[in-house]
Amino acid sequence: MPNKTFFWFFLPTGLAMILFIGLPIISTGIQSFYAQHDQIVKEVKKCDPFGCKVSIVVDQEETSKLREAKPLGKFNGFGTYVDRNHLAFDEISKFWKETNSTGEFIDQVTNLPFYKALIFTLTYCLFVTPNVLFLGFIIALSLNAISRKIRGPLIFGTILPMIVTPLVGSLVLFWMIDAKGIIGANLQFLMDDPYLSLKSSKTLTWITIIIYGIWHHSPFAFVVFYAALQTVPQEPVEAAIIDGASRFQRVRHIVLPHIYPVVTFVALISLMDNFRVFEPIIGFSAEGSAQSLSWLIYDNLVNEEVILFGSAAATSIMTIIGIAILLTPVLIRTWREFKTVR
Amino acid sequence: MEYGLDKRSNSLKTFNTVFIIVWLLIACFPFIWTFWGSFKVRADFFSRSDWWYAISAFNTLVETGSQFTTNAYSEAWTEGEFWKASRNTVIVTVFVVSISLFLGTLGAYALSRSTERYAFWILIAALIFRAMPHITLVSGYLFPFFQMQIWGILPTTIVVLVAINQPFTLWLLYSFFKTVPKELDESALIDGCSYFQAFRYIIMPVMWPGVITAGLFSLMLAYNDFTVTALLLNQENHTMVPKIQSYLGTNQHEGNLMWAVSAVVSATAPLFMLVMFFQRQVISGLTAGAVKG
Repeated sequence: MPNKTFFWFFLPTGLAMILFIGLPIISTGIQSFYAQHDQIVKEVKKCDPFGCKVSIVVDQEETSKLREAKPLGKFNGFGTYVDRNHLAFDEISKFWKETNSTGEFIDQVTNLPFYKALIFTLTYCLFVTPNVLFLGFIIALSLNAISRKIRGPLIFGTILPMIVTPLVGSLVLFWMIDAKGIIGANLQFLMDDPYLSLKSSKTLTWITIIIYGIWHHSPFAFVVFYAALQTVPQEPVEAAIIDGASRFQRVRHIVLPHIYPVVTFVALISLMDNFRVFEPIIGFSAEGSAQSLSWLIYDNLVNEEVILFGSAAATSIMTIIGIAILLTPVLIRTWREFKTVR
Repeated sequence: MEYGLDKRSNSLKTFNTVFIIVWLLIACFPFIWTFWGSFKVRADFFSRSDWWYAISAFNTLVETGSQFTTNAYSEAWTEGEFWKASRNTVIVTVFVVSISLFLGTLGAYALSRSTERYAFWILIAALIFRAMPHITLVSGYLFPFFQMQIWGILPTTIVVLVAINQPFTLWLLYSFFKTVPKELDESALIDGCSYFQAFRYIIMPVMWPGVITAGLFSLMLAYNDFTVTALLLNQENHTMVPKIQSYLGTNQHEGNLMWAVSAVVSATAPLFMLVMFFQRQVISGLTAGAVKG
């Protein structure tokens, strides 16, 4: 296709992506260097019969004037990146000096908002992704062994958790697991602990969200693995059966190597999706004990008084850097393959 | 794929069946339970004293005189203004799907027929864009949109959703277009068609399965979106998913949980029906990028 024709064909979609994905990333970058204005204060002299008092009050008029004149806020450089709500370098060095043991130091650091969110996000990725791969593969293997006639409805049932939006999916589970729901109430009864509830325990909340993640993402892994299983050639499998290979050996040495490229694909996609975990935190009302990077940004953006654009942007940029680190190995591999193909 | 030579033992068969049944229960029961509960009153579905009330419907019987009630639905749809939210969802979905498909087919066709190096880099860039968490993009939109005073209205959200959706649509349609032999449009070009004519009259007619699949995925994205719609639309223009969240209530004001339950069922039912109908397309779409490489 000539370059000119390509240009006109690609222009609309390219423009859409540049305007609404490329530019916003740049806009986020710029915003992250600004912080909202401080409130302007003025001294007010109040006099009553007993004398005069000077008090300091917020000058609403001047403040809003300044906000209108410079809506982006004041230039803050990397100030937002290193403040207490983000990388918190000052606080960390202070903790380093003041705490006595490493455990205590780590404890203090992980209580800072950004690190808390980072740890939750990474823990979520770390537990959900491998389990999703494993469960999806097992479901695909078992469904594959079931008679073809009834597979259709079974597949439909299996992919239900994936097609609902995460907010709805987590709500549906939350209403069952909550202290007043069917599972929660029975758990209280079984454990003989009337105060056992999701909100009371941080560990329990984390486990629930991780279980939700596995429940929600496994169908995706299942679908891809299931399709890949259909392409496994029959001859080596039959040869292996004749040679006396056990079922496990066949899966391990024939099926797995065949679908290996697909495994990396699923791992990559679910890693990307898990890194942006956010809606389940709202669905489970788990803000108190579990916060993710995306949730921090959301929280800044729905702030009631002033929207914290700078703070949200700084967290966004760091999230994007995180994604970039996750993607680098894949990009390097693709680049190598591309070079060898040429 | 049944292994002809393979005589599996009975115990393995039983284990397999049991596993599938357990998994299906885990996957489907929450939806069935929510559907069942949506016809009860709050005191039953969220019973403080005894979860068995949700099944025996004790309070529902006391409050409404029948074991099933559709009060939650009628209240949510009228008083809760869920009709408005679903109308907005329909508008957003229809526009997002049609615009995405229009832009996506053109772009993906060009990518699949180009042999230049930049086509590869565009696909890689699309992959990187696909990986961006939506909330980071939203944090980039909010400020400029406030300044331009285009925040809160449906057209802005539609354009944003179309753009966010493009990378995935491009990849999907690209892999579909690759399966259409090049000779088909080349012969049309020799016969004197322009590229656009070849695309419009020769390629599009054989591309319907791919277009339907891509359309389904755009539909699911627009229909299911929470991040963009919750932050870019004002109260008046909220679509279904942010509306459901608003029923949940906050620390300041108590929500109406039964509205949320019935709204969840109302929002999920059309989606399930659609997927039931188009199951084959959904699955082929999910695997297009992966299996074909």
